[in-house]
Amino acid sequence: MNAPIYLDYQATTPVDPRVLEEMLPYFGEIYGNAASRSHAFGWQAEEAVGQGRERIAHLIGASSKEIIFTSGSTEGINLAMKGVAQMYGSKGKHIITSQAEHKAVLDTAKRLEKDGFEVTYLAPDSKGRHSADQVAEAMREDTILVTIMWANNEIGSINPIREIGALCKERGVLFFTDGTQAVGKVPVDVEADNVDLLCLSGHKIYGPKGVGALYVRRRNPRVRLVAQMDGGGHERGMRSGTLNVPAIVGLGKACEVCEADMDTDREHALSLRTRFEEKVFGALDHVHLNGHPDHRLPACSNISFSYVEGESMIMGISNLAVSSGSACTSASLEPSHVLMSMGVGDELAHSSIRFGFGRFTTEEDVDAAAEQVIAAVKRLRELSPLYEMVLEGVDLSKIQWDAH
Amino acid sequence: MAYSDKVLEHYNNPRNVGSLDKSADDVGTGVVGAPECGDVMKLQIQVEGDTIVDAKFKTFGCGSAIASSSLATEWLKGRSLDDAMTINNTEIVQELSLPPVKIHCSVLAEDAIKAAINDFKSKQGADPSQA
Ligand SMILES: Cc1ncc(COP(=O)(O)O)c(C=O)c1O
Repeated sequence: MNAPIYLDYQATTPVDPRVLEEMLPYFGEIYGNAASRSHAFGWQAEEAVGQGRERIAHLIGASSKEIIFTSGSTEGINLAMKGVAQMYGSKGKHIITSQAEHKAVLDTAKRLEKDGFEVTYLAPDSKGRHSADQVAEAMREDTILVTIMWANNEIGSINPIREIGALCKERGVLFFTDGTQAVGKVPVDVEADNVDLLCLSGHKIYGPKGVGALYVRRRNPRVRLVAQMDGGGHERGMRSGTLNVPAIVGLGKACEVCEADMDTDREHALSLRTRFEEKVFGALDHVHLNGHPDHRLPACSNISFSYVEGESMIMGISNLAVSSGSACTSASLEPSHVLMSMGVGDELAHSSIRFGFGRFTTEEDVDAAAEQVIAAVKRLRELSPLYEMVLEGVDLSKIQWDAH
Repeated sequence: MAYSDKVLEHYNNPRNVGSLDKSADDVGTGVVGAPECGDVMKLQIQVEGDTIVDAKFKTFGCGSAIASSSLATEWLKGRSLDDAMTINNTEIVQELSLPPVKIHCSVLAEDAIKAAINDFKSKQGADPSQA
């Protein structure tokens, strides 16, 4: 068995050694509470938190006063959507979002529907993207919030955030974007991009798990939120709880490294992705790229291998750590909701694998991965009755399948 | 998800992969499942008298589905048709230690066996020399 190769950088990333090094003292000698105003222990912690805030703000073009620390994007999403809905619910009850959002957004939207809000779930186009025009068409007099993710976690497609933001600004509707996959990977500027709220998460950008931030605009307009936890009134009253100083230090450093290394990181990821896709698409027929070929995260390659089921594929490449768009492993047999929303058929959705490359992926990793993928697909197609029928010229869509 | 050793063994060394001539009179073919559900099994038997002398499969599906159909072909060879009809999905579940979420794979294999036998029988019924 070869050493496992990690190709799941959209699920999480390893902590960069530069980040870890900067965090360590905050688990030891520097242990003050950043809210302690009366002694040096507290001041030291507060200073570290302040520096973290500055670095995060700098990466996204915000002011440090606009950064609210959270436990990650799930919390950021809940706080942004519920906080806005509860604060502005008297102005209107309509929210617009996308069918391709992360579950954290979709489930929060469902909760808001139970609480009396109306949610429009826009279907993305076949490449997994939305246009500002599509959002404009869905807008109503009583729309108070638009939530469209910056980049999709399964397929990497990047939405035209600046145009959607401009539309929202013009209509006076708040715009929240889930930036979890985009921040640190592609340029983000909350001013130029017209974003009112944005969440990010440490563990997707080579920082620690369990920490993230929510950007909340303070001017033009000043966004107010109803806090979702009661307590000591930390973070401008929006998120109570003693700050996790080491994690915040790590998040800040991770943002600083991402900003400094953005071009090298992007070129590295792009060259690996191109290398991988050229090999795989060159060696196999009936292979489809899911998502937009160009408006896409540099590190993400979601591929459907027709006539090969995703889970068996994952077994066949068992020392590659990747994710499948088929959820046959879970109690439900539902394929990926993202691929379904784009109109990718069930069969291709069941055959999809997401490969994610990152800062620590090497060319050798990519070559070994491509080789194993190609071998596994060839072997499983030998086993596949569907591939056999296609070779015989049978049109699979004309067959009456007995679905269970 | 953790697979049992037996599932892994069948997945890595599937038995009786291939196809028989589906138009031949002594061959019965069963195709069950649907691509949109993530599994399709094709199971074929070749019959002499009322004994299954050969069995082949091809499966699009997860590792447990591949293992279930591979195991089914092993069990079919040498059995009489009546005996083969009694193969039950719970035997497959036990033999492969399938977890509850994979029971549908064994059900599919049982359906494929029955479909192949019925296909063979209907061919005989449709054959005027047998009537
Ligand atoms: C697009 C997107 N949003 C939200 C989340 C949830 O983030 P967290 O793990 O920080 O709660 C993830 C990560 O799984 C994600 O990829």
